[in-house]
This record gives sequence, structure tokens and C-alpha cells, in this order.
Amino acid sequence: MKDSGFIPLDALQRAQAPVDSAERAPSPDLKALRSRLAAGKGPAFWRTLEEAAETDELREYVEQEFPGLSGQIPDAGTDRRSLLKVMAASLAMAGAAACTRQPTELIVPYVRQPENVIPGLPMFYATAMPLYGYARGLLVESHLNRPTKVEGNPDHPASLGATGIFEQASVLSLYDPDRSENILYEGRPSTWAEFTGVITREAEAARGRNGEGLAILTGVTTSPTFLSQMKALTDMSPSAKWYVHEPAVREVAAKAAHTIAGRAASLVYDLSQADVIVSLESDLLNNSPGGLAYARQFASRRSVDNGATPCRLYAIESSPTVSGSLADHRFAAKSGDIAGLAYQLAKACGVQAEANGAAPDWIAAVAQDLSNSKGRGVVIPGEYQPESVHLAAFAINEALGNVGKTVRVVESIEGPSTHTIEDLANDLTAGKVEVLLILGPNPLYSTPAALNLQPAMRRARLVIRLGQFYDETSKWAHWHIPEAHYLEAWSDSRAFDGTATIQQPLIMPIYGGKSGHEIVTFLVNQPDLSSHDIVKGYWNTQLKDANFEAAWQKAVHDGVVGGIPAPAEVTGAKAPALPALPAPETGTEIVFRPDPTIGDGSWANNGWLQELPKPQTKMTWDNTIWVSPKDATTMSLQKGDMLRVTVDGRSVEGPTWILPGHAEGSFTVHFGYGREMSGRVGTGIGYNAYKIQPVATPWIAAGTVTKTGGHYRLANTQETQTMAGREPVRAATLAEYREHPNFPTEFDKPVPNNDTLYYNSDYPYKGYKWGMSIDLNVCTGCSACIIACQAENNIAVVGKDQVARGRHMHWIRVDRYYSGDLDEPTLYNQPVPCMQCENAPCEVVCPVAATTHSTEGLNQMVYNRCVGTRYCSNNCPYKVRRFNFLLYSDWQTPSLYGVRNPDVTVRSRGVMEKCSYCMQRIQEAKIETEKQNRRVHDGEVITACQQVCPTRAIRFGDLNDPKADVVKQKQLPRQYALLDDLNTRPRTTYLGYVRNPNEALRGSGGNKQG
Amino acid sequence: METNKVDQNAVAIVDPGPDSILGPGHNYDSVTQRIAGVVFLDWKNTPKNWYLGLTVAMLFVMLLMTAVSYLFLKGVGIWGINIPIGWGFAIINFVWWIGIGHAGTLISAILFLLKQDFRTSINRFSEAMTLFAVACAGMFPILHLGRPWLFYWLLPYPNSMYLWPQPRSPLEWDVFAVSTYATVSVVFWYVGLLPDLASLRDTANPLWKQRVYAVLSLGWRGSAIHWHRYQKAYLLLAGLATPLVLSVHTIVSFDFAVAILPGWHTTIFPPYFVAGAIYSGFAMVLTLIIPFRSWYKLQDLITMRHLECCAKVMLGTGLIVAYGYSMEAFFSWYAGDKYESFMYWNRMTGPYAFTYALLILCNIALPQLLWIRKVRLNVPLLWALSIVINIGMWLERFEIVATSLTRDFVPSSWGTYIPTFWDWATYAGTLGFFLFLMFLFVRVLPAISIFEVREVVHHEHELEHAK
Repeated sequence: MKDSGFIPLDALQRAQAPVDSAERAPSPDLKALRSRLAAGKGPAFWRTLEEAAETDELREYVEQEFPGLSGQIPDAGTDRRSLLKVMAASLAMAGAAACTRQPTELIVPYVRQPENVIPGLPMFYATAMPLYGYARGLLVESHLNRPTKVEGNPDHPASLGATGIFEQASVLSLYDPDRSENILYEGRPSTWAEFTGVITREAEAARGRNGEGLAILTGVTTSPTFLSQMKALTDMSPSAKWYVHEPAVREVAAKAAHTIAGRAASLVYDLSQADVIVSLESDLLNNSPGGLAYARQFASRRSVDNGATPCRLYAIESSPTVSGSLADHRFAAKSGDIAGLAYQLAKACGVQAEANGAAPDWIAAVAQDLSNSKGRGVVIPGEYQPESVHLAAFAINEALGNVGKTVRVVESIEGPSTHTIEDLANDLTAGKVEVLLILGPNPLYSTPAALNLQPAMRRARLVIRLGQFYDETSKWAHWHIPEAHYLEAWSDSRAFDGTATIQQPLIMPIYGGKSGHEIVTFLVNQPDLSSHDIVKGYWNTQLKDANFEAAWQKAVHDGVVGGIPAPAEVTGAKAPALPALPAPETGTEIVFRPDPTIGDGSWANNGWLQELPKPQTKMTWDNTIWVSPKDATTMSLQKGDMLRVTVDGRSVEGPTWILPGHAEGSFTVHFGYGREMSGRVGTGIGYNAYKIQPVATPWIAAGTVTKTGGHYRLANTQETQTMAGREPVRAATLAEYREHPNFPTEFDKPVPNNDTLYYNSDYPYKGYKWGMSIDLNVCTGCSACIIACQAENNIAVVGKDQVARGRHMHWIRVDRYYSGDLDEPTLYNQPVPCMQCENAPCEVVCPVAATTHSTEGLNQMVYNRCVGTRYCSNNCPYKVRRFNFLLYSDWQTPSLYGVRNPDVTVRSRGVMEKCSYCMQRIQEAKIETEKQNRRVHDGEVITACQQVCPTRAIRFGDLNDPKADVVKQKQLPRQYALLDDLNTRPRTTYLGYVRNPNEALRGSGGNKQG
Repeated sequence: METNKVDQNAVAIVDPGPDSILGPGHNYDSVTQRIAGVVFLDWKNTPKNWYLGLTVAMLFVMLLMTAVSYLFLKGVGIWGINIPIGWGFAIINFVWWIGIGHAGTLISAILFLLKQDFRTSINRFSEAMTLFAVACAGMFPILHLGRPWLFYWLLPYPNSMYLWPQPRSPLEWDVFAVSTYATVSVVFWYVGLLPDLASLRDTANPLWKQRVYAVLSLGWRGSAIHWHRYQKAYLLLAGLATPLVLSVHTIVSFDFAVAILPGWHTTIFPPYFVAGAIYSGFAMVLTLIIPFRSWYKLQDLITMRHLECCAKVMLGTGLIVAYGYSMEAFFSWYAGDKYESFMYWNRMTGPYAFTYALLILCNIALPQLLWIRKVRLNVPLLWALSIVINIGMWLERFEIVATSLTRDFVPSSWGTYIPTFWDWATYAGTLGFFLFLMFLFVRVLPAISIFEVREVVHHEHELEHAK
């Protein structure tokens, strides 16, 4: 090995993994070491635990290895000869050392350069990320085997080239320095070998008992390999029980689909066929397995240009969702009242439904609209609504002939019916569980406190936890096994529509993590297969291709497995008679939701997601309690006032956030915060809503909310959410738009071109002329662009305190504005990157020419030259410039080096930065096309924000290319420039927002102007 | 060689009132003795207030050192600035100090050319004040940089990067305006000192002091040809310094006027900044000179006439400033620009409305008392008013710099500005530094021009002879 100079990567990984060193030596006090390292007091680089701990043994050892010279230097009485001998010897030794000494770190030179690997040029690999069990197809950018950036896979139906926020942030989680690095037995380092011994014994014993007492807890999974493994397990040990816990997803939708279809099924929508969409508190465009595809379908029907008639979206919701922000009519209703409204709507649509009381007047108009578009409408039930709402929605769809067109019932791709976390708690309490394997979830954090899982879990004889973090659950498990990140291990998963993807890893497990496959394989008596072999072995049985190897290669390469039949359509699905509704609760309701950016809490240690402004509030680093403006007035609440929410005698305290459009009498609390063992980023911030979550109705509870009198400092990135008489967002109704297609600019006074202090800078821009167009009509405000930009451009995370001081660093922001009524406001989202003004006010005021204009119209920022006067930011009317007030980039944590894009400078303290239109991508395309002696074609440069956008709201390209998409967008009459009266001549322009309100509902549902 | 001890009984210390710039009974000798006596006062007779003041100032210098060290260590993020408020205390204080630095040269140069008698006795003192204020001001643009170690990139020097400063930036103009002003002020001040340094040389004891003053006096022997050339040079320098008084603050005002920010983008700024600068400069002269003349018992040399004239200048420039404010308000309404009108409305009623109310109180309302002669002749009241005006002028810069930045064009990016401890520490530190230098100055150099007061004595004798 040494001769060839080549060290396989896995050997390198093993050499670096501190696990091995722990095998050899008695383990030092890990807890103390962990706290020393966490406090930042330990050495920055350490090879063994002893070294990090700076123990006395280590010092002794060092002394023995390299004893001081004192003993060897001859005494004064030594003769010349022996002195010379010693000197010669030491000289020779010095020379020898100089010749043979290797660097202390292992280096891995290329003996032969691998094919296709060109240092400096990234490679893209297709894979998929399971999000709540369902696949999102990805292409992952890899720089010399180091994944740096995630993009959507255009060939994957659940991505279509886009991604959501979690996919973008997942690459940071891969390099999270707080991930668990060791196999631990009762909190002390152990080894894989030791663990395999234990699990082999246990598996054998369990098989002997038919699996009695063996419990496996996982999240939702669609992995065909894992399902087949579990099937093998249940075949082998029929009494083994499989429990599923996915805190952000509840089985109610699946249960309703089961009721409708008569077997395990799921509902798939086709919004591209829908003229009228009614959302009953659904966040379908954002928070669902098919969210990206649905958003794309929805956007395709929002077009108003060239005579197209857009679809109409009604949103009925208590807690504003991302999808609801684009609604043409938004009706705020208590979450508990939505079932009643659904029944009223059903009744008005001709469905047999027992609705209590009188319907609000808008129901008839909505029902009429739905009835007018038979077969072209759809009612979508909320993910967190009870079964009755799902059934009512399906009944309406059925009655109006939408089933089979806009909504289809297909066979479920999830596993066989499994047990819930409540079942597990019961079984544990009853002492029925002897061995518990927790593969992934973190139930001791993410289950209702009322479930009392922790003492129950201690009744199991052996608890094995596979997890990426040593967290709340691992703390109480006997064994903790580091889990491989999805970019580190082979697996597979299926998308919402059944498309299968083989997840290939891009990097060896950084901390020696294992996948669920590798654990379960012991239970089915196939010990120690690698996840690659397991997955490939499974697909060997599935791909009926004659040449399996070629089919496998193609499937892995494409990111989509061809030839897998889509889940069969369920025929004869029928809505049952709607169950009678319980009397609606009249008191205060508490609505439970996963956090918009942290989800169920599994993302709590991700700085990008923590600092991502939540779409509804623009708040970062905390979960708040959302309060309607009316309730805030009644309770005389201010933003940040502490509230105590009590449900069933348990209570949590959190800060108030007054959210326009929130339903009165309803308070929303979010999961994901209040983590106790999440890592440096996520521990100890916010409140833990699981503490008050009811077991029976996990998404809604009757409760009380009281003011505690305390106040809490919140960090939000947008203080003012009214437009204050300015018109950053220009909007019209469809009717207005038809009459005045150029409504955004109709009343603008043209600014004389030479209205500038210096000279009329009519530079011809003969080469490329980059420009961007942002369609406000389809921006849902999902904020994926913000985090994609952060990942692409190495944007630093600054922390809550700095955000609260107004120093967040995002190059693109999504402004949220409200207009009209506080209780039924109209919502606007506006992404704002740098406008790349042709007449840039920032450029003329820089004293050192650190920001200049390129011949392609880019407003460039030269970090090296910047001295940090901040004059440019003061003079930027859009305030898109960001300043490194302190040293924000993490230059200390080696593991975070991995996530950085090598094509973008990591900024240091004291320099300004801003959106560059992804200059590095432009340059890459230009170099590539210059080699081919041609111009860059449209679509060859895609900015990070554009690439990630699920609704394709952002278009970018060369304005000198008449065929370019962006040029066509900019020619639309509803194009306008932000603050164009300043004669800045922005290259980024907007397309005005056109709402499509129902004439019959004029003046209601957030359409005061309409 | 006479003794250095001032003979307190030689001439009675009498403030001759608002009509004379010199107390009665002075001759050449008594003037020299009195002024040089301040410098040669032995440590025992040095006023206790001097020791106390120097100690307190020293403590604030320490605070400045701490604040600056921490700043260099961590970055400008220790201050309250953010996006959108990219400029905060550093720029406010820079403009404030530069403004204060206007009085000295104005008194020495412009009043010299206008042959105003009341400039004598206070010109040296206010010139020193100017220099120290400019030194404080000059610190801030460098401290305020994100990467202060690269400040020299603002200077046009040939370099291997082939890069020059960007000449369209008003900050670049500042570099030249301020450095020119500082240079000319130093030269003007030093040239004015020469005859007095020679006088000190002639009276200093012991020898090492004599030698120091001898070197500093550049061989001045007081010959007629010396005097002849000296007066020409001084006149020329006064002519050179005069336009600078107007240009420095004009260019500083361009930092704001050239920007497109509502509240900054105003053509009225240059004259209104210059008037404001003189306003605050005279206020600072009074703030310092009133305790100085009382501690060192110099009421016969710095008389009520000096104080009253300063008060009158303050009243006049204060009125110009008031006019500036009213025009700013008027145009923000009259122009019909929604951003401008919102900006002014926001100043008056927004989150920082209290600073605006205080500004009007300090800069416009209270100084109207100066119309009353009794107020102008009431030394403690005058001193209090001078401090009020200093505060007012600082608030004016706060309004312009910070409040304008908090709410500009796009509402989503509005912010708030809350200065931190380090903002205040740096500001207080420069105040300490300024006073520290002033205390040292009065101890080692004649704070009043000896030869010019002698000229006054001579002039008065001539008048007597003429009778």
C-alpha cells in the first residue's frame, strides 16, 4: 500500500475515525472531553481522544517517545571524540529525518488520475433525498468527491429540477460538526464489531421467539429495499412489530384514503387540470411529498399572459400556510371549524352532509364556482385535518366529477400497515417489548409528553438507536450507532407518484455512520452486508433486464429507475357516507404545526434553516406563538410578549407573534424547538410544543392562553410588512389586468434617461447582457431561493443576536407584505436579489472602486479591494447589500470547510457582499462555450435561485438573445422595475401580481380592493 | 533673567466688560508675564482643576484605547450599525468634530482678514482647539472602516495593483478636504506661534526648557525684517485658510448630498453645514474658554467682549441653521416627493421623534435667549448655552446620518439603530482625548498670543498719545 502511494479512501476514513483509537486505549472521560470541545477550549485538531483530553497519560507517553535531550548530552568532562560522535550521530539523524519524514496527515496523491475527474470542475450525481419518507430526486454537485450543493433532478417527477428548503440545507447537515461520531454503548465508545456481536445474538434469540418482543421503530419509509427487508423479517419472525413515527406527518390522510379505496391507498392530485382549487387548510404546494410537482402544476395554471385564464385558489385556513399566500380568496377559520365548513361546502355542492348551523355567505359562491368547473376543480383537504374533512373533500370531488381528473386514488407505496407510536408506548408499558430498535426517529423529543415514553422505554431490556446525533433518544438507549447521512449511504426511495430512485452516496460516511439497511440485515440473518450490496441485491431481483449491470448503472445514473410500474389506480374508490361531526369547540384552540423551517425538530441543528426567515413571519432562530390581530388586541399583546399555553394541565411558554390573517380564537404553536440535545446550533432555543401535544388529536387541542408578563427578544429580518404608501409590489385583479395589461407602469412618469449626476451611461453592452425577471404571480414565498443562494455562495450564518441587530447576510430575501384588512389581508411575496442596476448608485460612492460595473452589466463586488466604508449599502435604494460586521464565516471548524463552494470566495470580516447573479456559474458557462467558439445559449446559465424555484418564478438569461426566456418575460406588459423613478435602470425586473378573485365574492376573503 | 513667578500684584485682574478686549493697566511686560506665567506656573500653583481635569481626561483616553483595541480585534460589529444603518456614531462624531474644528481657523483667518479686534486673545486657543478637534475627527473615518488597516487605499499612491481611488466618491473628496484642512491649520497655528515661542525661549528657566523653545522658535530674533516677512506670510496663510473654512464642511456635506438617500440628497447642505460648523465651533470655544479664563484668572485678557462677540456669532449662525432646517422641511413638502416628505415626517413623528424635538430645543429654541444682552453677559448662562448648542449640533448629525438611514425606500428593509456601549465609549473617549490635549496645550504653550496682545497694548498707548 505504501509503495504505490495510493491509499483507498475508506482506509483513509478509517484511519481518521477516532473509533479505532478508542479501541486501543482505555477511554478517557468522554463527557468531560465533549464539554471541553464544545466550550471551544480543546485543541482545534486532534487525532486521538487522549490528545484532545490532554491527559497525564498522554504527556507521559510523549515524554517516553521523545525524551528530552538533557540525558544524552555528554557531561562537561567528555572528550572531544565522543562529543563529535554524538554530534555526527545527531546530524545524521537530522538528515535521515529530513529525508524520510512524511507529513503527519495522510496525503492521497493520484497515481493515475481517475477518468472524468478534472480538479476544479464539479461532477453531478443523481440521487434522492427521502423527505418524510418520500423521495425528492436530486442531482448533487461534487467537488473532488466532496458534495457541496444539491440541485433538483429535472427527470425526477417529484423535483422537476426544483428543490425545497430541506434538500438545500441537507448538505450542511452532512458536515455538521455535532453529528455523532462514535458507536456508544451506555454512553462509552464501543466498536462495530462489539455491536454486531450483540445484535447477532439478539437476532438469533428473537428468531427463536418468532420475533416476540422485537420492536422496530422507523420513520415513514417508501424504500423498496427496506420494505423488502422488513417483509423478510416479518416472514421470518412474524411476531416482530414495526412501528412508524413521523412527527410531522400523521396517518390520517392514509387512513382516509384507506376508507375511500378500501385498501392502502393515497391521493394524487393534478393541479394542471384544475380551474378552481379549494384548500381546506392544505399546504399542498409546499409541505407534501409532491409539493414541488404540485407547485409547478399550479404555476402553469397561474399564467395570465397572452390571454390565458388563470386558475383560482381559495384557501380556508386558521394558521396561514405558504400555499395560502397565493390564494385569490383567503378565509380565516378556526382549524376546528374547518370540518364544519367542509361539510357546508359539501352540502352546497350537492353532497349528502349533515352540517351544523348556517353556512357563511361565501360558501355558496365557492360551491357555485366549483360546480361551474365540474371535472376541472379540486378540493384539497388539509394534511392535519381530521378524517371527516378528507372524506368530505373527496365526496365533493366525487360529486363534481373531479375524481380521475384532478384527483386520483392510487395504491399506496408505503409499507404494510404498521403500528403507531402510541401502540409502541402501550406495548412498552405492558412490558411486551424486549428489544427495541429505533432506526432514525427521535421519539423521546418528538412525541407528546403525555405519552410518557421515556420511562416506558426504560422497561425494554435493550434499546438500540441509529441516529445522526447523540440526542434525547440516544441518551436513554443502550446502544447508539451513528447513522449515515443520505449522501453517505446506499438506499432507495419512491416519490409521491411511485417513481423509484436509487440513492447513491457521494462520500464515504464521514463518521463511519451506518444505514438502517445495515442494521436490519442482521435481523434477517444476512449479517454485515454493506448497504450497497443490500440495495443492489434487492434491485437484482426487481430489474427484469437481461443485462442487470447495465440497467443498474442506468438507474443509478439517471436517478430514476425505469420500468417500474406506477402504483395502480384504485377503481371503485368511493366516499362513504360522511360521519356525523362532533359539536364544534367554542373555546380557544391550540393548533400544532411543524415549524416552517425546522420541521419536526430533526433540522434543529442546521444553521441555514435556523436563520432562514420563516415565510409567514420573517422570524428566525425561534418558534413563536401565532396570534390573530383580534386576539392580540383583546389580550393587549405586543410582539414578543410571553404567553403561557396550557393544554390538559401541561403548559409551555413562548413569545407572541401577531400574524395578520390568522384565525381568531386560534393560536398556532410550532414543533421543532426546545431541543435539549441537538448540538451547538439547536439546543436550548425556543419552546417545546411536544410537551403540550395531545395524544388523541395531535394537531389541535382545546387550551388556554395567558399572558405571563415577560418579554422576549425576537430576531426577524423584516420589521415593516406594510408597503407604507410605496408600491414595491404592484398588483391588479384579472379584470383590471385585462383592461390595463400594463397596470404596473401605467401611471409611472417616464424618467429622462440623462437624469443622473454623472453622465448618461448608455453603454451598448454588445456582448452578453444578463438580466433577471421575477414573476410575482407565482411566487409562493417558500424561501427555497434564499437557502439555495446561501449554499451556492458560501453565505455565512450569523446567529440570532446578529439577526436581531439587523445583520443577516442573505443575498436574496423574500419580502412579505400585507395590505388591506388586518384580519383578512392580501398577502404578497417579493423576492429581492441585487437589481444589478445599470445606473448603480452603489458604484459611484465607493472610494476605492471595490464595486464596479462589468461590460455585461453585472454590478460586481471586489471583496479583495473592499475596505468597508459601507457607503454603497447606504446608497443602495434596495438595501440588498450585506456587510461582514464581524468575522461571520466560520474559519475554525474544519468539517465545515467541506460544504463550501470552491468557486466562491469565503468572505472575511469587514467587507461588503451581495448577489452576483451567480457570477461563478456565468463564468463557467462562458469558459465552456468559448472553448466551442460560440455564445452561451439560453438556459446554459442558471442562477441558484432560479434553479431551485419550484414555480419557475425566477428567470435569468442574456437580454441580447431575443429568443431567451427572460427576454420574453420582460416583454410582457406587466413587467415593472422596482423604484424605477430613481433612474437606477435595474436589470432585475418584476412581473406584476394578478389576482383572480371571484366576482361574486367582491370585497371578501382578503380582496378588499377586488 | 526675571523670575518665572508671576507677580500677581503687578496688574489687577479686572474684566473691563463688554467694551474692551484688554483689562486696564497692562503694559508689554505685564502681558508677557501674565501669559507666559500660565506656562511657567510651577506645579504647586497650577490650579487644582487642571490636575483634576487632566486626570479625568486621561481616564477617558484609556477608555478610547480600550474601545479602539476591542474594535480592531472584533470589527465594527461591536457598534450598533447594521443594514440599513451602515453609518452610525463614527460618522456622526466625525462630522461633529470637524464642525467644531471650524471655529479656530475662522477666528484666526477670516476675522484676521476682517480686522476684528475680538479675535486677539482667543485665536491661539481656538486654533489649538481646531487642531485637536480635527485630530479627533480624523480618527473616525479610519476606525469606521470594515478593514481599517487598509485605509491607505483611499490615498492616491502608485502601487503594484495599478489601482487608484475612485474619484467620484465624496469619501475620496473628504480625504483631500480634511487632510488639507488639517495641514493648513497646523502650519497656520505654528507660524502664529513663532514670535511667542521666542518670547518663551527668552524667559524660560531652566535651560532645557529654553533649548526646547529655542528649537521650536526656529531662530526668531524679532528683527524688523523678521516681522515684515512674518506678517506677509501670516496674511497669505490667512488668505489660504479662509476658503478652506468654507470648503471642508461643504465637502463633508457632499458625503450626504451626493447620495440618493432621502434626507441626504439635499442641495441646501453645503451652506447649512458650514453655518452649523461655525455655530458648533464657537459653542465649543465658549465651553472651553470660560473655565480656562476663570481657572487661570485671565479675565483681563479674555474679556466679556470676547465672550459676547462669540455669543453674537453663535446667534447669527444659529439663525442660519434654523433657516436651513425650515427650508429642509419646506422642500420635503413642496417637492412632492413621497420619499422626501415621508422622511421628514418620520423625523418629526417616527421612532426617533424625541431626538428631533431635542434638536429643535437645543439648536433653535434655547439659543434665542442670546438676543437678550443680559444673557450674553451672564457667564454661567452663556457657558450652559454653549453646551446646549454642542449637544444640539450633535443631535443634528444624528438626525441626518442615522435617522435618514433607518427608513428609506423599500419598507421591508427599514431598521432601527441602537448605539451600543462601544459607540458611546468611543465617542466619550475622543472627548477625553480632546480635553487631554487641551490641558497639555495650556500647560506648555501660550494659550493667548503674547505678541498680539502686546500689539493691542501698543495700539491703546498710541490712542492715548493721540488724545
